[in-house]
Amino acid sequence: MPKLTMAQAINNALAVELEHDSRVLVFGEDVGKNGGVFRVTEGLQERFGEKRVFDTPLAESSIVGSAVGMAINGLRPIAEIQFLPFALVSFNQTVTQAARMRYRSGGVYTVPMVIRTPFGGGVRPPEMHSDSFEAMFAHAQGLKVVAPSNPYDAKGLLHAAVDDPDPVLFLEHMKLYRSLRQEVPAERYTVPLGRAATVRPGRDVSVFAYGAMVQLALDAAAQVEKESGISAEVVDLRTLAPLDEAAIAASVDKTGRAVVVHEAPRAGGLAAEVIAVINEHSLYSLLAPVERVTSPDTAFPVPKLEDIILPNVARVKAAIRRTLEE
Amino acid sequence: MSLIADDTLYQVLSPTGEVVGSVPAIAPAGHLNLYRWMVFGRVFSDRMTALQRQGRMGTFAEVKGQEAACVGLAARLTEEDWLMGSYRESLAYMVKGVPLAAQLKHWGGYIPDNYPFEARCLPFQIVLATQVLHAVGIAHAIKYKGEPHVAVVGIGDGATSEGDFNEALNAAAVFELPVIFVVQNNGWAISVPRHAQTRVDSFVRRAAGFAVPGLRVDGNDILAMIGAMDTALDRARSGGGPTLIEAETYRMGAHTTADDPTRYRPPEDLELWGRRDPIIRYRKFLMDRQLLTDLEDEQLQDDVTAEFEAAVAEFEALPPQDVAQHFDLILGNPPPQLARQKAQILNEQ
Ligand SMILES: Cc1ncc(C[n+]2csc(CCOP(=O)(O)OP(=O)(O)O)c2C)c(N)n1
Ligand SMILES: [Mg+2]
Repeated sequence: MPKLTMAQAINNALAVELEHDSRVLVFGEDVGKNGGVFRVTEGLQERFGEKRVFDTPLAESSIVGSAVGMAINGLRPIAEIQFLPFALVSFNQTVTQAARMRYRSGGVYTVPMVIRTPFGGGVRPPEMHSDSFEAMFAHAQGLKVVAPSNPYDAKGLLHAAVDDPDPVLFLEHMKLYRSLRQEVPAERYTVPLGRAATVRPGRDVSVFAYGAMVQLALDAAAQVEKESGISAEVVDLRTLAPLDEAAIAASVDKTGRAVVVHEAPRAGGLAAEVIAVINEHSLYSLLAPVERVTSPDTAFPVPKLEDIILPNVARVKAAIRRTLEE
Repeated sequence: MSLIADDTLYQVLSPTGEVVGSVPAIAPAGHLNLYRWMVFGRVFSDRMTALQRQGRMGTFAEVKGQEAACVGLAARLTEEDWLMGSYRESLAYMVKGVPLAAQLKHWGGYIPDNYPFEARCLPFQIVLATQVLHAVGIAHAIKYKGEPHVAVVGIGDGATSEGDFNEALNAAAVFELPVIFVVQNNGWAISVPRHAQTRVDSFVRRAAGFAVPGLRVDGNDILAMIGAMDTALDRARSGGGPTLIEAETYRMGAHTTADDPTRYRPPEDLELWGRRDPIIRYRKFLMDRQLLTDLEDEQLQDDVTAEFEAAVAEFEALPPQDVAQHFDLILGNPPPQLARQKAQILNEQ
């Protein structure tokens, strides 16, 4: 089996979709000849032609709004927004239109479409390129939000997103595009939406994370085990909306302690929702207050501040240890 | 067509009903059908407003004065063509095949679950101008599939200031899509007059800036609307790309039943546009051509009123809105947490 980066795994998934389903179109800014600014769509236009893979005018609302129309009229659009902050330009089409058409039409018209977009920090991009606005989208009803943490899941989740009968926002963490390689099957397979994965089993504390923060959580878990014999379980949320509440509860019921990690700022972030889920299902299993490791409630850090501001292994380790203090 | 904007007003019938242009080919039964829809539109608008005043209907947006534009933009479409618009296109939707029962449910505060797929009309839009991009996407799919169909989209003069309208014109031109933009310029966006919306003196000129050919049409002249739509539909079906039609009309009623136009509208406007009434003008044409008699006209009024009242009786006999639907329609495969929330609300019933 070939070892692929996440960028290659997504490219492969897109090629498989274009190959097996003529309803699939891939489009966005610079996705054609240039293969996308992260080269995720590299070679696809050459292989499948300009009718299937094409550049759009530089207009995000137009990209998402016309994808809504395409989906209603029988296609399976996969739209790319160049960077997540620019998805706010198409926020209205995503939230009030794509996500609401099924409800508003009594189920007569549906919008099976995927919006792919890079997000997250740590790669020193210009400002306003890495803001983590995922919670804003996760709060929309009728929209699914997915954020893979590795190449294998990225491919399987993307296929599942294309199969899904409703719009899916597919968040690709920029730091993961090329930072790790994994064996990825060449054939089509799906990783189910709405299901978290226990990526490291443990007994003492549950660490919940998604995207690039999963790797951070795994590193922290390995270190606290080595240093102090703490057995930390790491749960990769994978789908941010709807959350896998059963998996969150099952893990906390087992460990009695929890840490939630995300790069996005704290207030109103997804950690708040995970903690609310813990309260609703597992409050009496808790042995310690739940910890959050997040960015602070200020702007997403400029490149010169990323290392200071963004969550790091030391902070996750400290949070884990705090949950175990007597 | 030249992309140099030609804003000459296209007219077939003068406001007093004289023929001043070439009459499009329409069979006698076709004429009567158009007229019937316009009369129905007036009855629909007046009766819905009255029902709202009696507390029997939700907030309603009047069609009064815009019957020719609404009927004209929809009348020549086939079943496979698509139509989307705002609340102001309710009459156009019914011409396209959305039953009155669906409009009553939508305006009446139910989930509008009875728009038939075959009508190919998206639930009328509330977040203005978003529908214009949906039309572009639908047209993109039509072109991709190689179908001879067209997407038609209605929008008000005010909503043309939204980004989505401008993005849509641009994308339609770039991809040469079979889409027709119909701007119902009714003079007002709630209380904001047309001239405060843009300094461009006609929307046809706006379209020219995107390389989209345009036609400026007397929107109170049903025959001009039909002629313009025929031109635009031919262009779209033969691969000629998008067209913008500016239908110059006037909102004779309030913006909605929640609006009081006496706060901002000069009364002389109503007098002026009353003399340009689309129904009076077409009736004169039909009578001049012996296609309609006074007696038939009276009968028609009674028929459409009876049709409306029968539908209202059915609407008022509807069971209450199904609560479960509220949970079942948001996602194709709702998550377990939504099932729990549903059970909780249903248990309280
Ligand atoms: C995006 C958006 N902004 C504001 C409103 C509130 N609003 C409803 S109708 C309206 C005026 C619309 O005017 P126009 O586009 O000319 O259409 P008309 O009502 O005259 O048919 C406004 C401001 C809305 N529905 N959607
Ligand atoms: Mg208006």
